[in-house]
Amino acid sequence: MTELLVYGVVLGGIMALGAIGLTLLYGVLRFAHFAHGDLMTLGAYVVLLLNVELLPALGMPELKWWPLSFGGRMLGSLVVSMGVTVLVALLIDRILYHPLRARRSSPAILAIASLGMAFILRSLIYIIWGPQFLFYSQELRPAWVLPLDVRLKPDQVFILVMVLILVLLLYLFLQRTKLGKAMRATADNPQLALVCGIDTAHVTAWTWGIGAALAAAAGVLYGIDAQLRPDMGWSFLLPLFAAVILGGIGSPLGALVGGIILGVVQQVSTAFLLPTYKPAVAFLVLILLLFVRPRGLFGGT
Amino acid sequence: MALLDVHHVNSGYGEMTILRDISMRVDAGEVVTLIGPNGAGKSTLLKTIFGLLMPTEGRIRFGDADITGLTPPALVRRGMSFVPQVDNVFPSLTVQENLEMGAFVRGDGFAGRLEEMYTFFPALRLKRKQRVGGLSGGERQMVAMGRALMLDPRLLLLDEPSAGLSPRLVGMVFEKIAEINQAGVALLIVEQNARQALRLSHRGYVLAGGQVRLEGKGDQLLSDEEVGRLYLGGRR
Repeated sequence: MTELLVYGVVLGGIMALGAIGLTLLYGVLRFAHFAHGDLMTLGAYVVLLLNVELLPALGMPELKWWPLSFGGRMLGSLVVSMGVTVLVALLIDRILYHPLRARRSSPAILAIASLGMAFILRSLIYIIWGPQFLFYSQELRPAWVLPLDVRLKPDQVFILVMVLILVLLLYLFLQRTKLGKAMRATADNPQLALVCGIDTAHVTAWTWGIGAALAAAAGVLYGIDAQLRPDMGWSFLLPLFAAVILGGIGSPLGALVGGIILGVVQQVSTAFLLPTYKPAVAFLVLILLLFVRPRGLFGGT
Repeated sequence: MALLDVHHVNSGYGEMTILRDISMRVDAGEVVTLIGPNGAGKSTLLKTIFGLLMPTEGRIRFGDADITGLTPPALVRRGMSFVPQVDNVFPSLTVQENLEMGAFVRGDGFAGRLEEMYTFFPALRLKRKQRVGGLSGGERQMVAMGRALMLDPRLLLLDEPSAGLSPRLVGMVFEKIAEINQAGVALLIVEQNARQALRLSHRGYVLAGGQVRLEGKGDQLLSDEEVGRLYLGGRR
């Protein structure tokens, strides 16, 4: 039971990275970005390309950091993958969403356009890598046995540390930097941000950048913990939205807490229910909470 | 010399023309009030001057430059600020962050100005770490005005600064407007409390149906029989 709780925090942390990006994008751009899960998938497969297919073929060895199943080459690939995913997101914004915004399309049009983009990204990954499960590493590493009989793989500790670092960096960015404050201001009141002279196009680009980078990281971390499939991000999409709504739409802190709550609830439910019911449990919790707090945990200011 | 010169401007929303052939001006250091019935186009004129709406005809000059078609960021840099009537604060940001956003285009080096704002609005100093969403209507109006003053503008546009405030707070807002003007800032105000606004204005314009119907000194308009009957209404 305690073990499921810990696994839930690992899964929840990964979900939180995706959900934070989703909620930031919703706040600034005012539409539900349905391709967010597939940006996670893209990030995960870029690391596969670099760290499993390309770099070993170029003769670059992985010096493993004991006790992890990977080392610096993986971390480097993760950083590159975040950068690649950011560029892809900015390119998509330029060719798809920006023209729609310029025509003052409704949020529904943008959301449906992003749904189409989700299919395109997923199909490309199917075409390139095929439908089968793929792994960064199949090597088995002994798990640490912690008090209360919790078995935790060193890789999972790495995931938690990475989530913590990324969330902390994001917090500092949003609270301390001028651009971060402008991003929160734009999410709060876009018209007034314009009146203040804030360059909203610049803020939009940064929001895409942060959202895509966090999504890529989430996809890679999930790949480290489990396996890669072309529909991995897509299957995360509904729980990500649930986490965003649970936390209160537009609130990054809410998305973090919402993601972790749903991760824990989903994992713990497997003690009583078949794992197939995991998403249903997530939504049950969401519905129950919305009865009590209709605007989510941190919504409604 | 005119600080702001609106020259035969037509403007509106999309295909719908609201302002027709509007000409008006604000001189440096002046307080000018726009009065008129609802739907007269007063807010539309402010939005057009501030670049939120694009004029379809005519020119607008500010200082010695033609600003027709410039966007708000460019106008903020040139020394113009705007306080909208509603949604004029960032509710989930703190008081201090709201003020900082007012200085966004400047970059750094606004600490001194922040201090001046807290001296000008002492109530805000105590609440500078609080989220604006939890503040009272009067405090929010102070935040909105403080934000617009952060760059020490030459011209401040205020859209109904006293709307929805209690009579005591309305008096406070007008006192602050007079103080802002004494510091050398020109103001162009749209106001429902027309009497109070005209009393502290150098000049005023009466708008109706998207056109300027009357122009005059503040006290002239106050004592004009027709203006009194039509626009100052039964109010005191």
